[in-house]
Amino acid sequence: MGGKRRQPASDQPPVVQRLRVRYGKRGRMRFASHRDFARALERAIVRAAIPIAYSQGFSPHPKISYASAAPTGVSSLAEYLELGLRERMVPSQVARALDAALPVGFEVLEVAEAGQGSLADRIDSSVWTVEVPGLSERLAAVAVERFCAAERICVERMTKRGLRVLDVRGPVVRLAVSAPADAAPYGVEGLPCAILDLVVRQVTPTVRPDDVLTGLRAVADLEVFEAPRATRLAQGMLTAEGEIVDPLAADRGMACAGALSA
Amino acid sequence: MSVASIFPKLERLLPYVSKPIQYVGGEIGSVTKDWEATAVRWALMYPDTYEVGLPNQGIQILYEVLNGIPDVLAERTYAVRLDLEALMRQHGVPQFTHDSHRPVGAFDLFGVSFSTELGFTNLLTALDLAGIPLASEDRGEEHPIVVIGGHAAFNPEPIADFIDAVVLGDGEEAVTEITDLVRAWKAAGRPGGRDGLLLELAGTGRVYVPRFYDVEYAPEGPLRRVVPNRAGVPSRVRKYTTTDLDAWPYPRQPVVPLAETVHERYAVEIFRGCTRGCRFCQAGMITRPVRERSITAIGDMVERGLTNSGFCEVGLLSLSSADHSEINEICSGLSDRYAGTNVSLSLPSTRVDAFNITLAEQLARNGRRTGLTFAPEGGSERIRKVINKTVSEDDLIRTVATAYAEGWRQVKLYFMCGLPTETDEDVVQIARLAHAVIRAGRAAAGSKDIRATVSIGAFIPKPHTPFQWAAAADPAVVDHRIGLLKQVINSDRSLGRAIGIRYSDGEPGVVEGLLARGDRRVGAVVRRVWEEGGRFDGWSEHFSFARWQKAAQEVLGPWGIDLAWYTTREREEREILPWDHLDAGLDRQWLWREWQDALAETEQDDCRWAGCTECGVCPSQDVTIEMGPTGRRLLPL
Repeated sequence: MGGKRRQPASDQPPVVQRLRVRYGKRGRMRFASHRDFARALERAIVRAAIPIAYSQGFSPHPKISYASAAPTGVSSLAEYLELGLRERMVPSQVARALDAALPVGFEVLEVAEAGQGSLADRIDSSVWTVEVPGLSERLAAVAVERFCAAERICVERMTKRGLRVLDVRGPVVRLAVSAPADAAPYGVEGLPCAILDLVVRQVTPTVRPDDVLTGLRAVADLEVFEAPRATRLAQGMLTAEGEIVDPLAADRGMACAGALSA
Repeated sequence: MSVASIFPKLERLLPYVSKPIQYVGGEIGSVTKDWEATAVRWALMYPDTYEVGLPNQGIQILYEVLNGIPDVLAERTYAVRLDLEALMRQHGVPQFTHDSHRPVGAFDLFGVSFSTELGFTNLLTALDLAGIPLASEDRGEEHPIVVIGGHAAFNPEPIADFIDAVVLGDGEEAVTEITDLVRAWKAAGRPGGRDGLLLELAGTGRVYVPRFYDVEYAPEGPLRRVVPNRAGVPSRVRKYTTTDLDAWPYPRQPVVPLAETVHERYAVEIFRGCTRGCRFCQAGMITRPVRERSITAIGDMVERGLTNSGFCEVGLLSLSSADHSEINEICSGLSDRYAGTNVSLSLPSTRVDAFNITLAEQLARNGRRTGLTFAPEGGSERIRKVINKTVSEDDLIRTVATAYAEGWRQVKLYFMCGLPTETDEDVVQIARLAHAVIRAGRAAAGSKDIRATVSIGAFIPKPHTPFQWAAAADPAVVDHRIGLLKQVINSDRSLGRAIGIRYSDGEPGVVEGLLARGDRRVGAVVRRVWEEGGRFDGWSEHFSFARWQKAAQEVLGPWGIDLAWYTTREREEREILPWDHLDAGLDRQWLWREWQDALAETEQDDCRWAGCTECGVCPSQDVTIEMGPTGRRLLPL
């Protein structure tokens, strides 16, 4: 709107350092969408005076690229992004400054200088823990057994492009009932709560924890329970042995990697 | 007694609602305080969704002013969307504040700021969800004092039944004074109970307590009289006027939204008030006189606001920002300071002159360029004299052509339809003007590739303006004229293709008109509409004209009046208007003379440049115009 035809070309300083960030969203901030987080991050970068580089062009954008982001309503301790800086910084200092500038609930957990390759090439799977209030351990065990025995479980999900059918069984590498939690979910005493361990391969379209629960409900004819609370514990490459390789492991070897205490 | 957070209950509902982040609080700039450690507690509401309400400057300022007092707590609340409202009712979750998720019903004061009358039904939702009785008279000592402010509060009569107190004018000092009275009343053991406090507030002469006034009606419909019904209550209530804006540099630490909102920027009010004297403009009448913030105070606020918020956009706000006595220096100074950064500056200005373009050029130096808007408001020179928006057709065409010559491809032109004395011809003139603008623009730009958007708003007569006596145009007439306008614009295909037309539906305007000039009898209409499901009347997807029509018919019929009686009826000079006992500082006779001058197509000057026009505000408020130039400049940071 109102744009001038001949715009002056902006002259942004180039990227001199790329930093990879592991961050979390927890507590009430799990209700942030990816876009909500991105706006909060961009403002935190400004408040923390981190020398972010900007794209060229008439409407410059900060150089930030995200690896696959957890959906709205889901907690995570293992989200990843990469920052392009116009001045070199000590990663641990960036970690501290950015963590302090973000709203409580968004946490910078580790910053490492980017090595070879791309972040996306180091992530193919996610590890989740899922609390399911209203589902007893016994019922959960039955459902998980049936789920794992099936070859395909198709569920429907409403996406922006309409109703899609996806197979939620195929990408699930591991699904098991875990030990019960100490605290009552949502502060409600006496409400049963099953906890599921889940490892999912990242495919397109993404199979999310709530899709897996929809599948569980379908195979075991479960009642509708309260909204589950999922937390992503890790992302990375799945090895043949079923281990997840931390995507920053290769970068961390570099001299100036900086980790905050866990 | 401490007040527990309702968040655990709310949290169970959030997975099922749209945009849940808007309800969780925790924003940068938000404040939480220990309930026990505070003596006076305010819940502040903007009666629309978070995305609309959070950027509201009034609430942001009062939030900071109040929380700046050590023993005072202020928390924010907004209208919940319909999906969450249904779940809250089902699960017994009350209206809550976003900062600490405390129930609104537990606060001492519930302050609601109305920018528009179309927020009235949302007040009832919030009261009901908070467990506060809808009718002021049904409330007890355990309920908050419901106090409203904002521009739409200058005629609070349509919601008089639902509110306890009204503040007219600027809020900064008002909330401080009310807080002091509430603190003292609580410390003294609440003498006289709820009415004791309301009497004290009313006794200041600057807080209106509707319940302390009786309204009588004449058989033909109009008011017969409005009189205080107890001792110590003044017959007229005065507005508040904050002076020396430099002493109130708020917001300093704006609340930075987590959910996406309608304005994502740091906003600084560069002056308050406007004396251009546009006769349709309520804001320009009720916020007099002009009080400028100094160039250096503006520079300091921008610097601190950006540092504290991390915003990349600055809005230099006021009713007519290009009129600041040092606007040139402000724009160039800020452009210099932020050159080479990614901070963009915006100046909402609608002035129809070359100066507007100069300022826009200066602000665009930094890269990002905002749209250019001109607001002639009326299509013909005759109607522009009626509304006192002085601009000649030649100046207008020349100005817009300059904008195209300077490289703008598109400009916006604002007009109103349904103005007093307006004829079809006045509106058809808009089309001729738009054609002339495109022709001159093509010549100036040397290109056919230019566009203009013509935006038409329906005029709604507002209280405390010279047009408060005027008849609103029938929506059918407005529709007819807009139809005619489209026809004439498109009568030339080449020119018509370059012109976009935007206009709003006439029906919400009828309801806005009813609420703007309504009296207490309209309260039952508001309540009926709300009971029938009326919410978010400012949102086209929620607004139902049929619901309002039906309620108005049922409620007003027995009084022998109807919707049209409130909207399309011209008032006589001596008719008692529902807001006559509320004193915005304007001399009623001056307003009437302005109305007569409008009918005679006689223009009025701006007192900033041409001497006092005797509107009455300065002497009655004991204030003066506060403006520069200061001669100071912004130094590089």
